[in-house]
Amino acid sequence: MIVADRKSLEEILGMVADREKILILGCKGCVTVCNVGGLKEAEILASTVRIARKKEGKPVEVAHRVLERQCDNEYVTQLADTVADYDAVVSMACGVGPQFLSEMYPDQVFFPAVNTTFFGGAVQHGVWEERCAGCGACGIHLFGGLCPIARCAKSLLHGPCGGSANGICEVHKDTACIWDAIVKKKMDTGHLEDLVAVKPFKDWRTARDGGPRRSIREELVKGNI
Amino acid sequence: MRLSYPANIKIIQVPCTGRVDIIHLMSALEDGADGVYVAGCLEGECHYLEGNYKAKRKVAYVKNVLTELGIEPERVAMYNLSSAQGARFAEIANDMVKQIRDLGPTPVR
Repeated sequence: MIVADRKSLEEILGMVADREKILILGCKGCVTVCNVGGLKEAEILASTVRIARKKEGKPVEVAHRVLERQCDNEYVTQLADTVADYDAVVSMACGVGPQFLSEMYPDQVFFPAVNTTFFGGAVQHGVWEERCAGCGACGIHLFGGLCPIARCAKSLLHGPCGGSANGICEVHKDTACIWDAIVKKKMDTGHLEDLVAVKPFKDWRTARDGGPRRSIREELVKGNI
Repeated sequence: MRLSYPANIKIIQVPCTGRVDIIHLMSALEDGADGVYVAGCLEGECHYLEGNYKAKRKVAYVKNVLTELGIEPERVAMYNLSSAQGARFAEIANDMVKQIRDLGPTPVR
C-alpha cells in the first residue's frame, strides 16, 4: 500500500488559517489501512481544527467526509454537489488525492494533510517499512525475494557496499543492510552461486528517470471485459 | 456509603472503557468541558482483557493533541479503580475537580 504520515497540526492549521468553512476529506484506501487518513482520522482532525480555532477566538465550520478512493474519478465526482460549499478542502489521501480533486474541481483549493512517503507494509502494529520503489522493471526473484532497489540505500545490484556492518546499513542504525540479508538467504537456501551472475545495467527509463509514467491497458480502454 | 463528590461532574456510562474513543474525549473538550477523565478498571483486571489499556493509550493520544495545541494536557486524565472502591471514586472526582480548578476555565469557548 501507499504509506503516509500526517503533517503537523501547526502546518495544517497554517494552511487553513484564513478559511472559515472547511471540509476534511478522508480516503478509504491505503491511508485508512495505515491509520492516517481514513474516516476516524478525518473526524479527529476536524475536531482538532475546531478546538484550535475556538481557542484562537476564530471559530471555524469544519465538516468531515470520506470517499471510497480519491484516486478514482468515479468516486471524486461524488463531491460535485457540495464541493463549492467550502472555502477549502483538506485531503487526507496520498498525493494522488488532492491532484485528482484539483483536476476535477479547478475552482476549489485542496490542501494536503499528509506527507506521502513510500510503498510498503506494516511490519508490526504502528510500524511501516518501505518495500517497493516502483522502478517499473521488477526483478525481486533474482535477489531471494528481497528488493535491493527499494531497500538498499544505494540500490546496488551486485552485493553490499563497504558501509555494511553486522547486517546494518551505515545510513541508519535501524536500517538493515538488505544485501547482507540477500546473501544470507542465498547461503541458507544453497543458491549463493545465483549472485555470481552479472546483471546488465539497470534501465532506469522505466522508473521516474523516464519522466511521469502512464499505464495503458488497451482491452480496458475499449470497455469492460 | 453516603459519600459526596462534586456536582459539576457529568458521568457518561460505558460498558467498558475500551468503548471510549478519541473522538469522544475530543468532542467533550470541543463542547467546552474544562476537563475529561476516564475511570477504568484496575490495570490487569479488565473483563475484556485490555479495554482499560486501550483507553489509557487514547487518553495519551488526546494529551499529545492538546499539548500540540498549547492547551494543558492535564485537562485529560485516566484513573483506574474497581467498582468496589466507592471511596476512591469520590476521592478521584475531588482530585480531578481541584486540578481543573487550579488550571482555570478551558480556553476552548
